[in-house]
Amino acid sequence: MLHFTIRRLILAVPTLLFISLVIFLLLDLAPGDPMASIPLTVPPEVKEKMREALGLGEPVHIRFLNWLYQFFVVEPQVAFDHIFGTNFAEGKQRIISFQSRSPVMSVVAERMPQTLWVVGLSYIFATLIAVPIGIISAYRQYSWFDQLGTFVSMVGFSIPTFFSGVLLIVVFSVTLGWFPSIYDTTHEITDWPSFWFQVRQMAMPVFVLTLYNAAQVSRFMRASMLDNLNQDYVRTARAKGLSERVVVLMHVLRNSMIPVVTVIALGVPNIFGGAIITEQVFQVNGLGQMLITAIYASDAPMVQTLTFIFAVLIVLFNLIADIIYGVLDPRIRYD
Amino acid sequence: MKLKTALMGTVLGTVATLSMAPAAFAERGADGHVNIIYYQAPSTMNPYLSGGTKELEAASLVLEPLARYDETGAIVPFLAESVPTVENGGVSEDLTTITWKLKEGLKWSDGSDLTSEDVQFTWEYCTSEGGGCAQSEKYNDVVSVETPDPLTVVVTFGVPKPFPYGPFVGAQAPIIQKAQFADCTGEAMASCTDQNFSPIGTGPFVVDEFKTNDVVSLSANTNYRDPAKPAFATATLKGGGDAQSAARSVLETGEFDYAWNTQVAPDLLEAMVAKGQGQLVSAFGTLVERIMVNMTDPNPALGDERATADHPHPFLSDIAVRKALSMAIDRALLTEIGYGDAGRPTCNVLPAPEIYKSSANDACLTQDIEGAKAVLDEAGWVDSDGDGVREKDGVKLSLLFQSSTNAIRQDFQAIIKQWWEEVGFEVELRNIDASVFFGGDAGSPDTFQKFYADVEMYANNFDGTDPEAYMANWECNQAPRPATQWQGNNMPRFCSEEYDALVAEMAETGDINERAELAKSMNDMLMQEYVIIPLVDRGRLSAHANSLGGVILNTWDSELWNAADWYRIKE
Repeated sequence: MLHFTIRRLILAVPTLLFISLVIFLLLDLAPGDPMASIPLTVPPEVKEKMREALGLGEPVHIRFLNWLYQFFVVEPQVAFDHIFGTNFAEGKQRIISFQSRSPVMSVVAERMPQTLWVVGLSYIFATLIAVPIGIISAYRQYSWFDQLGTFVSMVGFSIPTFFSGVLLIVVFSVTLGWFPSIYDTTHEITDWPSFWFQVRQMAMPVFVLTLYNAAQVSRFMRASMLDNLNQDYVRTARAKGLSERVVVLMHVLRNSMIPVVTVIALGVPNIFGGAIITEQVFQVNGLGQMLITAIYASDAPMVQTLTFIFAVLIVLFNLIADIIYGVLDPRIRYD
Repeated sequence: MKLKTALMGTVLGTVATLSMAPAAFAERGADGHVNIIYYQAPSTMNPYLSGGTKELEAASLVLEPLARYDETGAIVPFLAESVPTVENGGVSEDLTTITWKLKEGLKWSDGSDLTSEDVQFTWEYCTSEGGGCAQSEKYNDVVSVETPDPLTVVVTFGVPKPFPYGPFVGAQAPIIQKAQFADCTGEAMASCTDQNFSPIGTGPFVVDEFKTNDVVSLSANTNYRDPAKPAFATATLKGGGDAQSAARSVLETGEFDYAWNTQVAPDLLEAMVAKGQGQLVSAFGTLVERIMVNMTDPNPALGDERATADHPHPFLSDIAVRKALSMAIDRALLTEIGYGDAGRPTCNVLPAPEIYKSSANDACLTQDIEGAKAVLDEAGWVDSDGDGVREKDGVKLSLLFQSSTNAIRQDFQAIIKQWWEEVGFEVELRNIDASVFFGGDAGSPDTFQKFYADVEMYANNFDGTDPEAYMANWECNQAPRPATQWQGNNMPRFCSEEYDALVAEMAETGDINERAELAKSMNDMLMQEYVIIPLVDRGRLSAHANSLGGVILNTWDSELWNAADWYRIKE
């Protein structure tokens, strides 16, 4: 297994380099100008000077190599300096956002907490809710619980978050006034009242995302459980006199988890991608909102860096999913 | 320069009313917290790094210029003692120098003194090589900024400046602190993140925390020149979301006190205001939604010479056709559909300030479809083959109408297409993503400068109150063409010696009334040639909570220009 992991990690390097090149070229070829959002009252000569100051005058390959150097050498050094108080990165050019002229990675670090809180928490909730729902729905197929579960997942699946989000705001913020409609990213938890405020401001976005994610996972869980419940080994287990609890939770569940683990593991990178729409609706201003504003502003360094981080996470979580297969099913061996 | 004296009168008047008002709230920080929402989040607090409105306005809470424009467009002193004019000796007779006197005892928020050296440094900062300062145009023609004493600044221009209020005036050109930014000139401008995110200023607030594209936390400046202001101890400027959710947070949920640019469908806003939490404020500036008519031939067959002055447009070069286009439009209806109270129909490309506003073209306010048909008939454009499209000498009146992607613009395009087709044109619509359309990339065929279409629609305005540079947009040499890498502001490629002469004359005329006459006649010339078809004079629409007092919406400067005077209305 270790051998397999190392081989996969080494193979990932050229893959990721290739991905970064493709992203870079795509962004370079895409139409759009970082100066387009500047008012027309700023004359074109001035805009040209501003473009030069952003380094847009350099040829493509130089800009790409620069980015690689900054991403793989300078930024890790900055992180290292930050942790150990050294100063390897002093005076070196970091990846700079076109919009704010500040280092992209510090913006990412700034945005991480609210994204992890809201999107991450909703993902954990979704998984914790969806797995039991999927198990019970499959075990008691066509019972009222199954019907209800199916209905709720259909709702969660088919209603887009920009609709459910605004609906919740209209009901709970405008009419009832229970929750704030706009997320306060500067809020710090210091005592119980401030913790309670945090819970209130997270309630709606977390609910919207939980509903959406849980709908997906519970359907997978149910389908996978149904596949296994009719297998011969289940009959054998029952014939051996094992209790229903052991049959379902030890035998069936473990085998059913394999496809579900893939879905869950590959969903994790999406947490870091943020939830573009939900973040926008509730003004959570996490990584998703950052990506979308960067795209609108043609902020190439920021879009490039973010998408590349997602690429890394996707490759990584693919690998993790593969390793978990081996843990769940001893028959799967990669060596 | 009688007007300037008159303007000074207004200034003194305003100052008098303001100084009488604060009696009820005369303690700094007594009113707690104010929440402001901008649906576009500011990405930096340094206006010299970004020409964007959201950054200028956020920065105006912290940084101040020597003088600002007030809500009437008059110049009022902020850091300066008074506004220099020729009459008070502040501007030299030959219009090449302007001498500003700073108020005494001004302090930066860190407690150090503001001196004329800071003003001088601001100019050096913005004009330093390799920095890409977004406001360098404000410092055009400045040859030197001298500091004879700590309170005096002498700005010398290389040419006579009839309107010398470019440098250090308005939200675009505030004063920054030399001590803070000394190492941030030229190429280092962008790498000074800490300075750019929390500049030290003289304004009513100081930055506590800045999160780019998200939120700015501010608190009252303890060194602000008026000990009773600002009334608010802390402020939050939150960004993100969209115009509708911003309007909702002020008008419906009451979470925020002030929302910037709440341009939402008029009926939605009405329903929100009915909740009784807040109110809308609107004001008009110089922003005009207009259609530009291409005087050159955009035919792709012409290759590199496409849309250049060498090839006049096959039918739009006929004034009758252009006139018919304008006559067929119902501007009042467009305004109602698109902008409600935040717009008014206009027949001028220069709609304000009042003294520059021409009334010679107001006939366009009434739609005249029959008249438009008659004009075309008379000029020989008739539908001889019965396909509903008029033609003459084998040339069909077939138009490509382009604009940027935007819900209101697409509505406008669809409606205007209908009117034009009624008159006998054939109209094809096209919309282009704003980042490409306004991007100015010489390699793209889709920019508004290249204008590879017959007519195009967008909005434009000018900074401040002086239209000289704006009217010079339609000089012959401003036409975008290969020789200028397709840069320039004269989209119609209008070219008239007479017009150019008026532009040159305005650059040498100092008297405000004569300048107004010149600007008006330039406007009238463009309107009567029908090379620009103005549609709607677009105002600014913002919302504030009923409990927030002191808001004066200003389209000539930052909307937050008088945040120092804002206060909480006690029940």
